[in-house]
Amino acid sequence: MIIDWMHFTPWSALAGGLLIGLSAALLILVEGRIAGISGIVGGLLRRGEAGDYAWRVAFVLGLIAAPLLFRILADLPASRIETGPATLVVAGLLVGFGSRLGSGCTSGHGICGLSRLSPRSLVATLVFIGSGLLTVFVARHLLAQVLP
Amino acid sequence: MSALISFAVGLLFGLGLIISGMSDPVKVLAFLDPAGNWDPSLLVVMASALAVGIPAFRLAGRRQTSWRDKVMQIPSARQIDRRLVVGSALFGVGWGLAGICPGPGLVLFGAGAAKGLVFVLALLAGMSLFAGFDRLQSRRRNRFSQRPGENDVRRTS
Repeated sequence: MIIDWMHFTPWSALAGGLLIGLSAALLILVEGRIAGISGIVGGLLRRGEAGDYAWRVAFVLGLIAAPLLFRILADLPASRIETGPATLVVAGLLVGFGSRLGSGCTSGHGICGLSRLSPRSLVATLVFIGSGLLTVFVARHLLAQVLP
Repeated sequence: MSALISFAVGLLFGLGLIISGMSDPVKVLAFLDPAGNWDPSLLVVMASALAVGIPAFRLAGRRQTSWRDKVMQIPSARQIDRRLVVGSALFGVGWGLAGICPGPGLVLFGAGAAKGLVFVLALLAGMSLFAGFDRLQSRRRNRFSQRPGENDVRRTS
């Protein structure tokens, strides 16, 4: 394992992480809700109570507006999607289906769940980081050597 | 009011993702690749988010209602079942393929990336697929529970 010191950004990671934590803290303390993105979006796709939609839509709009606001204040850092469109579709389908089946994603399990010391979320987080590591290993180090 | 607060909180979340570098799939994939040039930034993001989250959820757990007098909707499930493990494993494969999870996907879409839109549409399709699958499963469960089980008294005619 070689740590890539050129690209490791501990300070901005620390600052951004604090903001993410603060956001999750505010949502639970003020609104009594879990800041799990897959749960918030997934709730829009099923028939629920009438009053259950507005806050979900508003949260999603906030996420979408974040880069627009950031761009006004500073240069938006590069976001590089190097994955091809076909793989991207497969990835999106798996992320959508899997996060709903597993009741959460990086935010719901990885941040909120671990914050409340939930054993379920610890298992989920270890499993998805594990399968993510395995997927990247297979794609970059195994298949890349087999395929030209 | 709830919508306004949720918007602000979503905005904060998105800014956190951008500042931390987690809305950049290349950076996320570099974390998931310790056999290559490893970028541990994601671990720092998680640790600092938890440093705020743990005390906040501790505080929330002691309350019956939120600061705005709303019911605390904290998950109560405790069982580690097949759905949790299989779902998380599938999610991880998708995450490893593109380096994008739902939050950053929406931020990338907002940033105007055409591929961000592709990812978000596929994400919604995957979630809809799950909703259909879930309905099918619960219908099957209901049908089974309506059948006479082993504990039912058999009537002999």
